[in-house]
Amino acid sequence: MATTTVHDATGRDGPPRAGTPENRPRRPRRSLLPYLLLAPAVVLELAIHVVPMLVGAWMSLLQLTQFHIRDWSTAPFVGAENYRMVLDFDSAAGAELLHSFQVTVLYTVCSVGLSWVLGTTAAVLLQRPFRGRGLLRALFLTPYALPVYTAVITWSFLFQRDNGLVNHVLVDQLHLLGDRPFWLIGDNSFVALLTVSIWRSWPFAFLCVMAGLQNIPADLYEAAAMDGAGFWRRLRSVTLPMLRPVNLVLLLVLFLWTFNDFNTPYVLFGGSAPEQADLVSIHIYRSSFKTWDFGSGSAMSVALLLFLLLVTAGYLLLTNRRRNDA
Amino acid sequence: MSRRRLAILTAAVLAAASLTACGGSDDPSGGSAKTLTYWASNQGASLEADKQILQPELDRFEQQTGIKVNVEVVPWSDLLNRLLAAAASGQGPDVVNIGNTWSASLQATGAMVEFDDATLAKVGGRDRFVPAALAAAGAPGEPPAAVPLYSLAYALYYNKKAFADAGITTPPATWEQVAEVGRKLTGGGRWGLAVEGANPSENAHHAFTFSQQHGGEWFDSAGKPTFDTPQNVAAVKRYVDLMATDKIINPSNAEYAQNQSVSDFANGKAAMLLWQAVGANLKSQNMAADAYGVAPVPFLAAPPAGGRKVNSMVAGINIAVFKHTRNPDAALEFVKFMTSDAEQVTLNRTYGSLPPVTTAAGDPAFAAPEQKVLQETLATTAAPLPQVPDESTFETLVGTAIKELFADAASGKPVTEESVRHKLSQAQQQMR
Repeated sequence: MATTTVHDATGRDGPPRAGTPENRPRRPRRSLLPYLLLAPAVVLELAIHVVPMLVGAWMSLLQLTQFHIRDWSTAPFVGAENYRMVLDFDSAAGAELLHSFQVTVLYTVCSVGLSWVLGTTAAVLLQRPFRGRGLLRALFLTPYALPVYTAVITWSFLFQRDNGLVNHVLVDQLHLLGDRPFWLIGDNSFVALLTVSIWRSWPFAFLCVMAGLQNIPADLYEAAAMDGAGFWRRLRSVTLPMLRPVNLVLLLVLFLWTFNDFNTPYVLFGGSAPEQADLVSIHIYRSSFKTWDFGSGSAMSVALLLFLLLVTAGYLLLTNRRRNDA
Repeated sequence: MSRRRLAILTAAVLAAASLTACGGSDDPSGGSAKTLTYWASNQGASLEADKQILQPELDRFEQQTGIKVNVEVVPWSDLLNRLLAAAASGQGPDVVNIGNTWSASLQATGAMVEFDDATLAKVGGRDRFVPAALAAAGAPGEPPAAVPLYSLAYALYYNKKAFADAGITTPPATWEQVAEVGRKLTGGGRWGLAVEGANPSENAHHAFTFSQQHGGEWFDSAGKPTFDTPQNVAAVKRYVDLMATDKIINPSNAEYAQNQSVSDFANGKAAMLLWQAVGANLKSQNMAADAYGVAPVPFLAAPPAGGRKVNSMVAGINIAVFKHTRNPDAALEFVKFMTSDAEQVTLNRTYGSLPPVTTAAGDPAFAAPEQKVLQETLATTAAPLPQVPDESTFETLVGTAIKELFADAASGKPVTEESVRHKLSQAQQQMR
């Protein structure tokens, strides 16, 4: 939409010639255009992100329960009390938050790491043309195209203990496991959650890396081949360094998505996830909406937001510095 | 020209944005005073079935009064959240169904119309309602936040053929007998008892009954939680032990949360089931009414000191009106219609529940064996769940703790007094 308008504006006036006298008086007015075009986005950004975020931060200072939810401005102000409660790791509330935080960190590291490895491997293997490459590419992207709810609810059927396909294949057909294990409760629930998460996010990694690979000039590989570099050497010295900008963004985006993932555990386990797979997002949801303690729920959200900001800032600083060093 | 187009474009985008932002506010009752929105809870075999059952009654209401009712059937897993969102935002339906155990929790939000004597008079008066059912419609000492619509109680359903084949002539009356009978009935792809192990609400209801029988309480008289008392630990352990040590429940039940236990019972995979008025549901799953028997929920053979003869909660569904309704009179008119004798008989007969209205309770439709047992239980051995504002939080926390304990039992981890106490203590510390 925006591009059409810009095209119209410039199309009528011709290409901007800043130096010509007849164009000069028009410049200030035309420079309003970008701001006007930005205005809807700014308004939306304020309405959708900034204002709710500020309201959430304010709520985290209130003792907001069912007694005041109807008119939350009347909730008693308790200052940092909610933060003290959820960040005191010796108390039950704090200990549970710490536990779900640790689960989430492990979940994020494993999911992002494996998704990236899988996506990169597939993209590199599919780089050279061969029969059926297009079909494989399309197939690999299917999980990314499916609606989340449909896909995850299907997984929850597959993971059912008695009638699920996973146990049918692992136990009845391949005889890899003796006793039929549970996947949606108990220790294995983490594995189930991780599996679905990787299944969902590796196609995105695949897509990004594949796009990144298109940008690597072929002569680099030719030169490397002339120098006698084999597949691994080319991968290490050409492909990966050239993919660096793509990977920097890709890993950051995957990290943020996975850390905040709510849909996968919620659809897979319902509102009360097993403790082994109790991600922070679900934990906050439960505190806020199931036990009706919106104050401490907001406090946890704000603490989480600060943590993610810190990590993101640290990551960007680190990677920028490396780039400048290079 | 282009600037005007730009202005129009910007305006259009902003208009679209503001429309999206207020998407929830298009209250259908806004324009005319003759339309109500009603959120019905899921009572029948499916949401669609409920809609088909309710629609003819709503049409009749429209014929009588000219007030149109748009109904949406909301699944139980979403209902409390949706009610809470409606209470918080002041946007949403005019009339709703609520689980009667949530009455005090929702009353605390202040979003519900209170049924004081004047309001009760508009729907037929206090005396129309069974006192125990009305008592479970709000905090003690305050006007009810709802009026009862359907009454329910827990009972023990058993498969007659399975019992006869095993040479068992009478249904078990104590938990010890349940374990013994259950062991005889377990085997060959069938289990003694089916439970809904991953459903927090179901778990919490059983936790209440077992606790009463062990002489426990989940809240003290000041409304403070007392989750980890020895009585409650013993009660929860007794319940989970049906799977952990008695081994009469299929471990798979630990992941049941979508009424799979009802299906297991209907399909003969389980010989016994603890449920509230499940007859209509069993019928829809092709289990004939004479294929199962109904008995009261068992007691302890030797109750400890303080143990009470309680074997069910006063279960039920209430009907409530949001204060934010623009048509309070029409909404109360609808409540009056739904609690009228004719509708009470029609709806409760269809759902297999009992009318909480005194003048409809005597109808011959409620003389079937199942309804007799439920009536008897409600009249003599049922007790209401604690009507405290934290009740819904209790259901979530204790119900989830029991879900975890079932998961332990299912995967072969020991369920000890210590592990039960630990889970209940953790749950209690989540309360503020």
